Amino acid sequence: MSTFLRFRGTERYLTNEALEASVNSALALERPLLVRGEPGTGKTLLAEAIAEALPARLISWNVKSTTRAQDGLYVYDTVQRLYDSRFGDGDIRDIRRYIKLGPLGQAISAGERTVLLIDEIDKADLEFPNDLLHELDRMHFTITETGDEVTAKTRPMVIITSNNEKELPDAFLRRCVFHFIDFPDREFMKRVIGVHHPGLDDGLVEQTLQAFFDLRTMRGLRKRPSTSELIDWIAVLKKAGIGAVKLEQSLPFLGTLLKKEQDVAAYADKLAGGRKYRA
Amino acid sequence: MFIDFIYELRKNKVPVGMQEAVALARALSLDLHDSSLEGFYYTARSILVHRESHLDAFDVAFAAHFRGIAIEAKKLHEELLEWLRDPVQRRELTDEERAMLKALDLDEVERLLEERLREQKERHDGGNRWVGTGGTSPFGRAGTNPGGVRIGASSGGRSAIKTADARAYKGYRSDITLDVRQIELALRKLRAFSREGALEELDLEGTIDHTARNGGELEVVTRPPRRPNTRVILMMDVGGSMDPYAQTMSQLFSAAKRSTHWKELRIYYFHNCIYGAVYPTEQFRDPVKITDLVADCGKHYKLVMVGDALMAPWELLGAPSYGESEKGAAGVAWLLHLREHFERSVWLNPEPPSVWGGSTIDTIRSIFPMFELTLDGLAEAIAELLRGAPRH
Repeated sequence: MSTFLRFRGTERYLTNEALEASVNSALALERPLLVRGEPGTGKTLLAEAIAEALPARLISWNVKSTTRAQDGLYVYDTVQRLYDSRFGDGDIRDIRRYIKLGPLGQAISAGERTVLLIDEIDKADLEFPNDLLHELDRMHFTITETGDEVTAKTRPMVIITSNNEKELPDAFLRRCVFHFIDFPDREFMKRVIGVHHPGLDDGLVEQTLQAFFDLRTMRGLRKRPSTSELIDWIAVLKKAGIGAVKLEQSLPFLGTLLKKEQDVAAYADKLAGGRKYRA
Repeated sequence: MFIDFIYELRKNKVPVGMQEAVALARALSLDLHDSSLEGFYYTARSILVHRESHLDAFDVAFAAHFRGIAIEAKKLHEELLEWLRDPVQRRELTDEERAMLKALDLDEVERLLEERLREQKERHDGGNRWVGTGGTSPFGRAGTNPGGVRIGASSGGRSAIKTADARAYKGYRSDITLDVRQIELALRKLRAFSREGALEELDLEGTIDHTARNGGELEVVTRPPRRPNTRVILMMDVGGSMDPYAQTMSQLFSAAKRSTHWKELRIYYFHNCIYGAVYPTEQFRDPVKITDLVADCGKHYKLVMVGDALMAPWELLGAPSYGESEKGAAGVAWLLHLREHFERSVWLNPEPPSVWGGSTIDTIRSIFPMFELTLDGLAEAIAELLRGAPRH
């Protein structure tokens, strides 16, 4: 039997066998874990759960459309150095003072094992993942300005999330362990609600689940509600002291479930249509 | 055994190679799959599959390759039931024994059962270890272990096959489905940037360069930000033989409309073939002359034609008198004119390539690079549009 720690989820984060197999493969093979799936299926939370379970420090790197791979390693603050040279502040001969490590750089240079979350990698430029290949493979980089070499003592566990927005390059995909988070089925969703809202009335759970899955199967929605919206909705219902949701009537606090004006209108249409049909 | 499975996957067009095989071998040697077929299914899937569009093909290959093994497992299972059919006399347990046995939880028991089954070779009754009847082992029938497993449910092997057989990821195959979002994402690749407009961005290199030239006096240089610079013309065939593809066409249309990363998008309609003019509305009003369009749009516009390219030969090679056709020029001449004006153009065809031969599609294919209107085809078409200019 192997000796490494097996990930089995945490109290607040429920997993299934497929997800556990993927996380454990990534841990054992020391490869990045690429998680894809619909928004709101808990991709980002997975990194937090793994960090909690290991336990290890979590370093987050939230990727934006302007993020470059180099920013993740380190940034050389030339402008600051330029200003300092002009106004005579600080020791400008020491370049190291102007080198700031990025999230990947921090994860590699940390002496202990860390969990690095590269969140929404698809937001960045198409070439971004390819630019990271070498560093993720070797967990090693050189600061060209100073000639310093940084190598990881313990390889960080890398978790990469992607929103299905963009095809990622093949060379990058080959190096990752892949997991696609399915949208939870009713049973699993019930357990998720149980974790977030323990002790909720069974009747209300059933009703909200019914309303939620009805909404999700409704045709023509621009943005279907996801797990996080359902959790929020139940929180609002609890706060407002609503004990039962009638499916035939307009849902209370619909705004927490449907975020687009067209969707709210489409829902109202469907409700009116249904009524006419029954009458 | 799993090497054959790798080839089965390749047969099903899941791109796996040495790297994946080696990784899987390592995972198996670390016993990541807990020596069960179900564990193997999930572990192999996470290592061998890299995108959700291949999940279905993986399921197909897995079901095909391991069905035999599932049947073997079933045989074993039946043999087991045979052993268990007539239980021997039960014995009473002491309280201590009961407490000890309770400590085993279900997961542990299931795992042990799989392990034990592999070790056990023959029928066994009584005793406290082997699978059999009347004993205190957690496995078997008519035994007295309160935390035990009663044999008779499905085996691990069969449930992995069941998972694969369910083919839950069919919807994610990229070679058949096309929805608006996916088209949008495919189209997003068509973006390109250039710098223009007001000087709003700090040019770091320029600033350093100028400051150095300036003898150390700080001189800040700015430049215009990057802006999208792709212009696209979409021409769609509507009506007639295109009716069956109305759904796909409207998806492509809304995806193109919603793409915000292009500098300009023009959408025109035509019927069957182009004769001198195209129309900005589906009602075929306010024709726009091709000659005007060509004069208006530079050759750097990307032209995307969408249509089944199926028509009567005279419609392509003759100059029909309906519509806004200009006398004397055949449809094919107009198509050639468009193709020659624009540096990059493609034709997307909703008909499958298998029916492309031997019709007007062949002729049009010789004019425009033609791609199938699926996600894969669209990706190829976009790669074609992005290639450098062929002539200047």
